[in-house]
Amino acid sequence: MTARVGVVTFPGTLDDRDTQRAVRIAGLEPVPLWHRDKDLHQVDAVVLPGGFSYGDYLRAGAISRFSPVMGTVIEQAKAGMPVLGICNGFQVLTETHLLPGAMLRNNHLHFICRDQKLRVENADTAWTADYEAGQEISVPLKNIDGRYVADERTLDELEAEGRVVFRYLDGNPNGSLRDIAGITNAAGNVVGLMPHPEHAVEPLIGTGRTDGLGFFTSILKKLVTS
Amino acid sequence: MARVVVDVMLKPEILDPQGQAVQRALPRLGFEGIADVRQGKRFELEVEGPVDDAALARIHEMAETFLANTVIEDFTVRVEQAGS
Repeated sequence: MTARVGVVTFPGTLDDRDTQRAVRIAGLEPVPLWHRDKDLHQVDAVVLPGGFSYGDYLRAGAISRFSPVMGTVIEQAKAGMPVLGICNGFQVLTETHLLPGAMLRNNHLHFICRDQKLRVENADTAWTADYEAGQEISVPLKNIDGRYVADERTLDELEAEGRVVFRYLDGNPNGSLRDIAGITNAAGNVVGLMPHPEHAVEPLIGTGRTDGLGFFTSILKKLVTS
Repeated sequence: MARVVVDVMLKPEILDPQGQAVQRALPRLGFEGIADVRQGKRFELEVEGPVDDAALARIHEMAETFLANTVIEDFTVRVEQAGS
């Protein structure tokens, strides 16, 4: 049986179709999930895709955090289900406190859209097992609220426990503290990052690189072997 | 109806580039002597019924869980206009 990966659509989500496609290309079954749905339809993992849920009103991810689907996602994530938050999904994960810290307006106040080089710092999470620690990848980055902040104690804790999963290379695009592009929770099942691996899974599209595919093949391996 | 105001501000140690952009614009516009600007949010809540301790406690909880993200923001709650 193919592993099922839920992809949540909130009002304002943009990248749900690309994410479903990436899931399918990796050999998994994408399952569309609606924000008002409390039922996760027996999925084995969930992706919170990019976009501007609820128009980013109040704060990015603040309103969607209280949607019915998130109640169940939070519960399941705490029970160990793999959850990946990309861009707006990462913002939602910090608002839920499944991941520490918060996302703020880029330090230069501009929307940024470019290919971004990253270093994979942690290849032991549910979503990064198909990478190697220290590996450099390039995936698209597009956001205006991408500045990761947390207090010094939290940052030190993340570093000490190896929970910084990705760091920006060749220049920090948004003022994120310690060049952090993505982090994980202590258990390694919840991962959030600002750049978009789902936009780099087909050689014919964009830069021609498929560096993002590893996220989705990692979760396939994790779900099949566990 | 009574009005309760919730002011939300980024914590002092968090960089506020929007406030900085405003501050940099001031001298250009002829407004001198402003050393720093921080930009926040103000919520005006029109409250049904009396603003008693219980109502204020609910508003405090609302501010703490939703209106402000206490990882990065501080907030204050005050009654601006008592109900009749």
